Amino acid sequence: MNTNDTLIPLLGIVTDIRQDTPDVKTFRVVAPDGGKVFEHMPGQCAMLSIPGVGEGMFSITSSPTNKEFMEFSIKKCGCLTTWLHQMDVGQMITIRGPYGNAFPVETELKGKNLLFVAGGIGLAPLRSVINYVRDNRSNYGSVRIVYGSRSKDDLVDYKEIIDEWMNDEGIEVNLTIDNPQDGWDGHVGFVPNYVKELNPSTDSTVLVCGPPVMIKFTLAGLKELGFEETQVYTTMELRMKCGVGKCGRCNIGNKYVCKDGPVFRFDELGELPDEY
Amino acid sequence: MQEAMIKRAKELLADGTVDRVIGWKKGEFVYDHTPAVFTSAQDIEENFVCDELTSANLSKYLVKETVREGKVLAFLKPCDTYSFNQLVKEHRIDREKVYVIGIPGGPKLDIEKIKAKGITGILSVKNENYTLKIDTLYGASEMPFYEAVSEKCANCKSKKHVVYDELIGEDGDVLDSGRFETVEKLENMTAQERYDFWRSELSKCIRCNACRNVCPACTCEKCVFDNPSSGVENKAAADSFEENMFHIIRAFHVAGRCTDCGECSRVCPQNIPLHLLNRKFIKDINELYGTYQAGENTTDKAPLNDYKMDDCEANVVHERGVE
Amino acid sequence: MFRKITSEKLDQFFQSISAKQSLYIPVDREDGAAEFRKYTNGMKLSNALNTVRSAKDFFFPQTENLAAFKMEGKKIEVKDIREECEDFVIFGVRGCDARSFDILDKVYLVDPVDSFYKNRREHGTVVTMACTHPSETCFCTAFGIDPTMPGGDVTAFPDGDGFFLMANTEKGEKLIADINDLLEDGDTEKLNAVQENTRNVLKKLPLADLSTESFGGERLNELFNSDKWAGLSESCLGCGTCTFVCPTCQCYDIKDFNTGDGIVRFRCWDSCMYSDFTKMAHGNPRVSQLERFRQRFMHKLVYFPANNNGEFGCVGCGRCLQKCPISMNIVKVMKALEVK
Repeated sequence: MNTNDTLIPLLGIVTDIRQDTPDVKTFRVVAPDGGKVFEHMPGQCAMLSIPGVGEGMFSITSSPTNKEFMEFSIKKCGCLTTWLHQMDVGQMITIRGPYGNAFPVETELKGKNLLFVAGGIGLAPLRSVINYVRDNRSNYGSVRIVYGSRSKDDLVDYKEIIDEWMNDEGIEVNLTIDNPQDGWDGHVGFVPNYVKELNPSTDSTVLVCGPPVMIKFTLAGLKELGFEETQVYTTMELRMKCGVGKCGRCNIGNKYVCKDGPVFRFDELGELPDEY
Repeated sequence: MQEAMIKRAKELLADGTVDRVIGWKKGEFVYDHTPAVFTSAQDIEENFVCDELTSANLSKYLVKETVREGKVLAFLKPCDTYSFNQLVKEHRIDREKVYVIGIPGGPKLDIEKIKAKGITGILSVKNENYTLKIDTLYGASEMPFYEAVSEKCANCKSKKHVVYDELIGEDGDVLDSGRFETVEKLENMTAQERYDFWRSELSKCIRCNACRNVCPACTCEKCVFDNPSSGVENKAAADSFEENMFHIIRAFHVAGRCTDCGECSRVCPQNIPLHLLNRKFIKDINELYGTYQAGENTTDKAPLNDYKMDDCEANVVHERGVE
Repeated sequence: MFRKITSEKLDQFFQSISAKQSLYIPVDREDGAAEFRKYTNGMKLSNALNTVRSAKDFFFPQTENLAAFKMEGKKIEVKDIREECEDFVIFGVRGCDARSFDILDKVYLVDPVDSFYKNRREHGTVVTMACTHPSETCFCTAFGIDPTMPGGDVTAFPDGDGFFLMANTEKGEKLIADINDLLEDGDTEKLNAVQENTRNVLKKLPLADLSTESFGGERLNELFNSDKWAGLSESCLGCGTCTFVCPTCQCYDIKDFNTGDGIVRFRCWDSCMYSDFTKMAHGNPRVSQLERFRQRFMHKLVYFPANNNGEFGCVGCGRCLQKCPISMNIVKVMKALEVK
C-alpha cells in the first residue's frame, strides 16, 4: 500500500541525552538522515516508542524555531520511561506525530503579555513556547516565567534558565522551590502561592502546566487576582494510544485530549465534564 | 415465594436488622433481571423479583457490600451459599455484616435455550405443569420445561443451604447429580479429540472477561491478567496458545476453591462450557485427595492447601497423562 | 431492477459468489447461536435474527497487526506489513449492523484516515438482509433505522421463498451482474405482504416507543452529573461483554508482541469498562466502575452525537440486552435518564 498511516511510526536517533534532574532526562532526537523527523508547533506532542517496551505520548520540549533537532524532557515514572532513561546516545527510537493542537502562538497569544507558570516536569511543554517566543520576541509583550519544583535539583533545564532566559531582556524569571535547601537563596514556597505573592498584572495571558493540584490552586489564585478563565491556557495529559482521536482512551466529554487538546483554555475545560 | 421474600425484607428493614437488601430487580422483559441493592420498602415493593429467571449468584457482590457500613440482607440459593461460605473462609466477606436468608434454588431457566429453539419475540414465559407456555410477538409457543433449564441447574449438586440465618421454604439435600458425566466423556476421549474439543470451544472466546469477573472465586484485587508486570497481561490473544492459557490458568487459580456454581458458563456470551474445566479439577481433587466440596463449611482445610503424608505423589499427573 | 433468487438456487448463488471471492454468511453453530463463517459448499444460511458477534469484525477485527520491527543493537527497522486486502462479500448483514458501518466510518475514515480499516472497507461488499422477525430486544427504529429497508451495497428482501435483490451501489451492481444468470423476475406480491407484516410487528415491539429525545450533546453536563449512574452501574461486573458484542464500540489498545524474531505491533479491541483503560503510570482519572460505566453510555448517547450532527452511537441491535451477564444495558440506561 502506498498510503501512509499515522500508526506506522518513523524512526529517530537519539543524539544527545542530558540529565536534567535526578529523574528527568532530556533527549535530543534527529531523523536517521539528519534534520528533524517532522515539524511541529509549540505544545504539540509525539508518540515515542521502543518496540517491545512500550509507546507513550510526550510533549515536544524544543521550539519549532530550532531547525536541527527535537527535544523531549521525560520523567522516569513507568516501564517505557525507565527504559529510555537507561539507553545510550545512538539508540534508535520510533516516533510519530505531531499530535494535538498547539498553544495559539500565532493567533491569540500574539502581541500579548505572557505569564508562564510551571511546576516540575510541567515546564517541558512550556519550554517549547518560551523559546518560540524568545525567537520571535517582537511579536509578544512582556514575558514572565514563574517556575517551581520540589528542590533546586528538580528544576528542569536549570542551566538554560540561568544562562539564557535570565539574561534575556524583557524576560523576568521567578524560581521557587518547595522547601529550604542549602545553596538556594531564592524563593521558597509552592508555585500557586508564589504567583499570588508576585501579584502579576491581569493584562497578561497565562500558560500553566504542572501537577493537577498545582494547576488547580494556581487557577484559583489567578481568579482571586482578577484573571478570567479565558486568559488562562493549560495543557493536559491522559492515557493515549493512537494519538488521533480514534482509540477512545483520552476522551473527556466530546473532546479527545490527543486531537482536540492537549492545549485547552480554562473556559473550554469548564464546559467539559469534571473527569480529569 | 417472591411475596414471602418481599414481606421478610420489608420487616427486616423496618426493624433495623439490616439497612439494605441485595436481590434482583425487574427489567424490561420477563427475563432480564439485574442484581440490585434495595434500601427502601417502596423500592422492594415495586421492583424486587425472584422467579425462575433470577439466576445470578449474589454472593460475590457481598465482598463489596460488606466493606460498607451496616448490615445487608442477602437472599441466597443453595448453590450461592457454597460461594458465600468459601468467600467467608477466604476472609473476603465479613459474615457479621450479612443476614442470610436461604431461599429454594432452581431449577432456573436459561432464556438462551428457549431462543435456541427458534422462539423469538418473547413476551412472557409461564410454567404450566412443566410445559413452558411462551407468548411471543409471533403467537404462542411451548416447550418442555426441562429443555429450558439452565446448565447449572440441570446438574445441581445440592439443594442444601450450607449457611443461613433463616430459611424461606424447606431445606433440601446434597444431590447425587451426575455432574461429572460430561467430564468423564471428555476423559474418555483421545488426547487429540480432547484437544480438538477445547480448541473448538476456546477459539470462540472474545476475552470479555465476563467469566472471570462474575466468578466468586476470582476476587483478586489485581488479576494477573490485568497486571502488565506479570508478563501474561493481555486484552487479546497474540496467538491461539494464549487464548487457551487464559482459561486454563484461571481454572488452576480457582482449583480447590471453585464451588461449581456455574456462573462462568452462564455468563459466557459465546456459550463456552467453561464449568467443565473447573469440574475436571473438582473431580481430580475428589479422586486424588478424597471427596471435597469447596464452600461446604468455613473451617476445613482445602486439599490443595493441606499436606498429608498419604497425599498422592506429584508424578501422578504425569502417569495419568500417558495414554 | 428487482430480481429474485429462489430458495432452490441459493446454494448455486453462494457457490458462484464464493468462486470469485471470499463469502461470509451467518450459520448456526452447534450451541444454537449464529456466527458469520466463510462459505464452503453445503453450508446452510442461518435463520437467526442476528449473530452473537457483530459484523464489525470484518472491518475492525478483534486483533490486527499494525507494523513489525526488527531490533538489532541500537538499530530499529520498521516494516510496513500492510497488504492489499482481498475482495470479500458479507451476506446477511442486518440493518442495524449495516448502520454501524456508517458510525465506524465516522471514526475511522475521517482525517487521518485509518488505512487498515479503509483497506477492508474498500474491498468488502455488504449484502444486507431485510428483517422479517424482529425480536423483543430490537430497538433500531429508535435510531431511525428501517430494518425492512436496510442499506449496504446490495439489499436482500426475503419473501419466504428466496430473496429479491436490489443493488444500492456500484459495488452492489457489479455483484449482481456477476450472478445475473441465476436471477429471475419474480412476483413481488408475497414480498409486499411480508414487508407489511414486519412493519406491523415493528409497531408492536416492546421497545417501539423508546425515545432518544432526552439525549444528545445539549445535555452533556446535566446527564454526566445525573445521580442515576450510581444505581445503574451498581452491579456492573466491569467485563467487556457489551463492548465486544457491540457493533459500534470501536476503542482499541495498541500492544507489542515479541515473536522471538522481532516485534509485532498489533491493536486489539479494548473496553472503557475495563479498570485499566485510562490508567497511567501516575494515576487514573476513572477510578470507579460508575465512571467507566458512565463513559460507555455517555459516549454513545451524548458525546458521539455532539460530534456527529446528532447521530447516536447505537444502532439498537439488542446484543447488549441479550448478552450482559447482569442484564444491564443501554435501554435501561435510557429509560432511567429520560426526561419525561
